[in-house]
Amino acid sequence: MKRLLAAALALIAILSSCEREERRFREMPAAAARNNTKRLVSLVPGPYTPDVRVREPYGYNAYAIAEGKRLFTWYNCTGCHANGGGGMGPPLMDSRWIYGSDPENIYATIVEGRPNGMPSFRGKVPEYQVWQLVAYVRSLSGNVPRDAATGRNDHMQVRTQEQSLPDLVPEKEPARQP
Amino acid sequence: MTLAMLSGRGIQSALEPAGEHAERIASLWDVFLGVSAVVYVLVIAFLFLALFRRRREDSADRSRSAFLAVSISTVLTTLVLFGLLVSSIVTGRRLAQMPAHALSVTVTGRQWWWQVDYESADPSKRVTSANELTIPAGVPVRVQLQSSDVVHSFWVPNLHGKQDLIPGHENAILLEASRPGVYRGQCAEFCGYQHAKMALWVNVLDPKDYERWIAAERATSRIPATPEQRKGQEIFMSSPCPLCHNIQGTDASGRTGPDLTHIASRRSIAAATLPNNRGNLAGWILDPQHVKPGSFMPPMVLEQGELEPLLTYLESLR
Amino acid sequence: MNVMEGTPYALPGATREHEELTRTWAPASGLLRWFRQVDHLIIGRRFIITAFIWFALGGLLAGLMRLQLAVPENTVLSNDQYNQVFTVHGITMMFLFAVPIMEAMAVFIIPLMIGTRALAFPRANAYAYYMLLFGGMMVYTALFLNMAPDAGWFNYPPLSGPAFSAGKRVDIWAELVNFTEISALTVAVEIIVTIFRQRAPGMSINRMPLYVWAMLVTSFMIVFAMPAVMVASNFIGLDRLVGTHFFNAAEGGDALLWQHLFWFFGHPEVYIIFIPALGMVSSIVSVFCRRPVFGYTAMVLSLVATAFIGFGLWVHDMFATGLPQSGESFFTAASMMIAIPSGVQIFCWIATIWLGKPSFRPPFLFVVGFIAIFVIGGLSGVMVASVPLDLQLHDTFFVVAHLHYVLIGGSLFPLLGAVFYWFPKMTGRMMNERAGHVSFWLVFAGFNLTFFPMHKLGLIGMPRRIYTYLPETGWGPLNLLSTAGAGVLALGMLVYFGNALVSMRRGALAGADPWGGATLEWATASPPPAYKFLHLPVVHGREPLWEGPENAPVVTGVSTKKREVLITRTLDAEPDHLYVYPGPTVWPFLAAVTTGSMLVAGLFTPWAFAIGTAALLVFMTGWFWPTTKKKEGEAPPNEGAAAA
Repeated sequence: MKRLLAAALALIAILSSCEREERRFREMPAAAARNNTKRLVSLVPGPYTPDVRVREPYGYNAYAIAEGKRLFTWYNCTGCHANGGGGMGPPLMDSRWIYGSDPENIYATIVEGRPNGMPSFRGKVPEYQVWQLVAYVRSLSGNVPRDAATGRNDHMQVRTQEQSLPDLVPEKEPARQP
Repeated sequence: MTLAMLSGRGIQSALEPAGEHAERIASLWDVFLGVSAVVYVLVIAFLFLALFRRRREDSADRSRSAFLAVSISTVLTTLVLFGLLVSSIVTGRRLAQMPAHALSVTVTGRQWWWQVDYESADPSKRVTSANELTIPAGVPVRVQLQSSDVVHSFWVPNLHGKQDLIPGHENAILLEASRPGVYRGQCAEFCGYQHAKMALWVNVLDPKDYERWIAAERATSRIPATPEQRKGQEIFMSSPCPLCHNIQGTDASGRTGPDLTHIASRRSIAAATLPNNRGNLAGWILDPQHVKPGSFMPPMVLEQGELEPLLTYLESLR
Repeated sequence: MNVMEGTPYALPGATREHEELTRTWAPASGLLRWFRQVDHLIIGRRFIITAFIWFALGGLLAGLMRLQLAVPENTVLSNDQYNQVFTVHGITMMFLFAVPIMEAMAVFIIPLMIGTRALAFPRANAYAYYMLLFGGMMVYTALFLNMAPDAGWFNYPPLSGPAFSAGKRVDIWAELVNFTEISALTVAVEIIVTIFRQRAPGMSINRMPLYVWAMLVTSFMIVFAMPAVMVASNFIGLDRLVGTHFFNAAEGGDALLWQHLFWFFGHPEVYIIFIPALGMVSSIVSVFCRRPVFGYTAMVLSLVATAFIGFGLWVHDMFATGLPQSGESFFTAASMMIAIPSGVQIFCWIATIWLGKPSFRPPFLFVVGFIAIFVIGGLSGVMVASVPLDLQLHDTFFVVAHLHYVLIGGSLFPLLGAVFYWFPKMTGRMMNERAGHVSFWLVFAGFNLTFFPMHKLGLIGMPRRIYTYLPETGWGPLNLLSTAGAGVLALGMLVYFGNALVSMRRGALAGADPWGGATLEWATASPPPAYKFLHLPVVHGREPLWEGPENAPVVTGVSTKKREVLITRTLDAEPDHLYVYPGPTVWPFLAAVTTGSMLVAGLFTPWAFAIGTAALLVFMTGWFWPTTKKKEGEAPPNEGAAAA
């Protein structure tokens, strides 16, 4: 069964390589987007409408994930999160997501900041680079396709390379109370 | 404008040496070229003779003279090659010498720009700059070469041959310019998306001018004097800029991008891709991916009326 | 009708033999026949055509590059596209065309030239062909899917490593090397064994034609050089996919390790491409000057010396990396020394022309063009062999000029001459001579217009592998000239290959020996029948067909009912024993499909290797399954019963 899955994955991987191999250098600098975050509560006026699915552009783009990896160091995320293991900040390579594991949630975490020390990078990191970081952070827990994830660093070995990290299903725990 | 003046004038040419090492190499080139030309003419002459000579009907066996001809040619070839080998080795040894040097500079190759650090025994006198190397004429300068990411190659043809910058290796090259001038160099090892636009300028100054220049470089950045410059600095600090760039004496202390402390004193931006003027600076800041697609500088989003003060501020950083 | 009539080795009354041999050696027939061929003439033809298809594609990419560089700041290709284009151009020419075409010509010609009926290991030969085909298909599919390798044909880490090349592009490079090196090594082994053990009786080692010597030397070089690049490519694949640290300085690896491994292969590689051409030149000069090449022993020793010395030059591609001076000087000396045997060969050919009666037909014109162009390349090579000069010239367009002068001048020109020369043997028709002359002059002029200006461009500062350049550099005019020359060169190639394609159908019919050749391939019909030689020849000299072949002795005792091949001894070619070769079979194709799928899928999941190995074991079992004595080598009923 697993082999069938592997074979199917390989076939899909080969067929959808176009997206993976895209190098998009010129992203349009977007004005402050409206629909880049999820609602914080499920209560809405009028008839219930499901949350607008946010366009998450980079889940399967190898170049973007690699850029996210570069930015993870350059913007000093490693200062608090180390290389995914955490330190002053929580670990990013486990299955526990305090504020949600969906790309929109991670986007909001980076842009808005969070209580207890996560800075707000709004206006400091261009929007498309936030999405690249989102894709990379998700790859730390194996939540991107294996063939798009990055390989090892060109530095001292800090952990298993991202493309070999196990797929961790995010825990279904409610958000922690501040 | 400088570029226009200097265009086509051999500013990146191995054939117009302006430094001691490049001169030695150019002389060696002349020798090799001369010898090669003579050899080629001889070979083609004999070939044509062989092809078109009048063939008489006699079937005298000429193999002996042919054997002699081939043997003599082989011996001559060997001797000529040996001579070229000796001259090459002699020149190579002279080039490899690393005499006492007055100055030490470290060039770090980064995708796709050059970080230039002027060393000094006194730490407070160290200067960090980017993409332009200023050296005094007639003084041997040891350039330490290292790379922070991939293999690059430092090449200023008017002054010397090239030397690679390899991560994990420490290479060095000695530059000694004969006279003041401006020369262009370029990365000569394929290093990714913008290898083509990773160039640098070498400004060779008179030693007295050099002293003045390095003293100015050692100073921290100029404090904004006019209200527009102050506004520009505010805009700079509140934009993403400080996360990557360093301006000595301010809170902007990012180290991943080129140092901007004295940006206005440089003749070019974007690693010698664009002349440094207001218009180009504006274009580069707003849309760097148009100039160098794939480079690591993201486009900036600025409000109406923010661009001009920012440019004024940057132009004040002499 | 005796198909062998008019050839030196025809014997009257051989009709029954002809029918039996036709049946025995018949190629595969039936629905799956394309997948089951193992005969070296058929596989050789496919090999040649496929390699030239890769050449055409690589040439198109070169045209794109020239268009992009014609003017400063051009926008024909983006930087990302240009990187893929120049990388695929390089790997196409070096891995998919240059070595395979030389091997392909040998696969076709060598057995004919040494008087045997088959190439050793016919099924492996088919396998090697399919591997080349699949490798090229993989790369060009990748190019269309925007995932072609983009870090240069030389693929230096750390740029090509996991940290700086995202996605699967460089992994395609690594796999391509596996395809082409498996193919090349297989054919090399076949050629060595064929030449050593299947020569006609009497063709002692010092009576072998110079082309056979050249292919023997080349095949040995392949065996020793190719493993280095396979090792390197698998190392980079492991670094990228598994997380090893071969090229990671921080964990004890070294980026220079790659350069050593790659260039240890890379320099012999260009001699692997060059030496077969030397053999072709010898064949053509000899026939078109009506005399044997002057100085046989010196020529052979030069070939061998070139091969040996060629393994000691590789650091000359690394002079700028900061290696110690004295070490680099050694490689300068070796790089200059290798000019001596090449020089000896050129002098011997000029002596041959001098002593002979040259006939200016197209194959000979291409040889003259070869000398004129290759010597320039050799001299510019001596220049870059010098460390101080190389420090200025390395990685500039000067080197681009040098390498094209030696590769196009030194290998392509002889190849074009050889294709013209052996075309009648392969197809039974002559290429049009007038078109041949036109194509020669167009190619000669176009080539020089394209590449000579690049010498100057390198000297005035233009580095390699740049997708564009600024107008202020002043490189525009020479680049434009070079692009114009490329247009002329392309036109010349079109005329040449157009000539070939049209002549295949409508060329003048050639007899067995249209040129008055000296060697054994001209002793059989054009194209050769499926059994190659009606009677296997015995030779007494270096130029069998010039030494009165009318009453030449032939071999008897070789069965016409089995695919029997006479195995002779290595040095003196005395008959040793008989061996029966296999007939058509589908296992090589299946094995190649399995290997290819395993290699490509292996980029995405390690399970590919597990499944692939299991499948390969099954297919190899089928391949090697012993047939009963009765079935062995017997002609399948009713196959290829051509009209006598």
